[in-house]
Amino acid sequence: MAYARGLKPLAAATAVTMTAALALVFFYAPLDADQGFVQKIFYVHVPMAIVALCGWVAAGVMAIRHLRTGDRSWDVRSYVAIHLSVILGVGVLATGSIWARASWGHWWVWDEPVLVSFLVVFLLYCVYYPLRFSIEDPDRQARYSSVFAIAAGAFVPLNFVAVRLAESFTHPRVLSQTGGDLPGEMRLTFLVSLLAMTLLFVTLWKLELTSKHAEARLKRLRRRLEAREPAAVA
Amino acid sequence: MPALPLDEAGKYVAGAYVVFFALVLVYVAIIGSKIARIARAVEALQGDPSGDTPRADQLVEDE
Repeated sequence: MAYARGLKPLAAATAVTMTAALALVFFYAPLDADQGFVQKIFYVHVPMAIVALCGWVAAGVMAIRHLRTGDRSWDVRSYVAIHLSVILGVGVLATGSIWARASWGHWWVWDEPVLVSFLVVFLLYCVYYPLRFSIEDPDRQARYSSVFAIAAGAFVPLNFVAVRLAESFTHPRVLSQTGGDLPGEMRLTFLVSLLAMTLLFVTLWKLELTSKHAEARLKRLRRRLEAREPAAVA
Repeated sequence: MPALPLDEAGKYVAGAYVVFFALVLVYVAIIGSKIARIARAVEALQGDPSGDTPRADQLVEDE
């Protein structure tokens, strides 16, 4: 199967990188002077948010390819990328809430633009499912889903820039164009965590695509078998 | 707020990482069960004892 090619080495690389990231988080990265041990949540929360946002943008790019070429496999790729990013989005909101509770004493802070904007993007992508599965005709379903993925994918970087321009004082700005305030050990740990999260995303994306591809081939086989059976009886 | 002591901060950090790994595990389990179901269906298609129905792998080769 085309999508399954290279899945095993990729999964092994993901497992190794994830283990290395965890080792760096808990045995190498120094404790944050301000937040202490709670800051360790940063190494799972932020990479997950970055990969989820990039996944949504990538889904928009795949949707453009679908509309340009008419090849429905690009729509399936776009759908799987959105699906995975939504799952990561659940993780981002959950880990963010836990971090907020530990740092600020509240599970959720409504006047914090970073949190609320991520929630808005997440809810926007939750609309994708009813839109996609309310259309029965496969071609129309793929076309409408692609249009949604492109529009929503364009909204993600716009939203990101808007939040940056909002100049929040409450949410810690850890990364910036000048490299942020992360010391070397923390930066290395963060980059390895980000790499591990990216590899995890690609591995799971390929895994789900493999499953979808196998499912589609099975359906085709069943149809062909059904088409041959009456002929055999006759 | 001042930094939480290690025993109190530990449960929040553990909670965050447990949430992340639980999500990944549940996702992999769902996809894994789907793939296993497809494999069983393919086996069932291949296992027609009468021989009247062409085997699924023959149809794949025909494609």
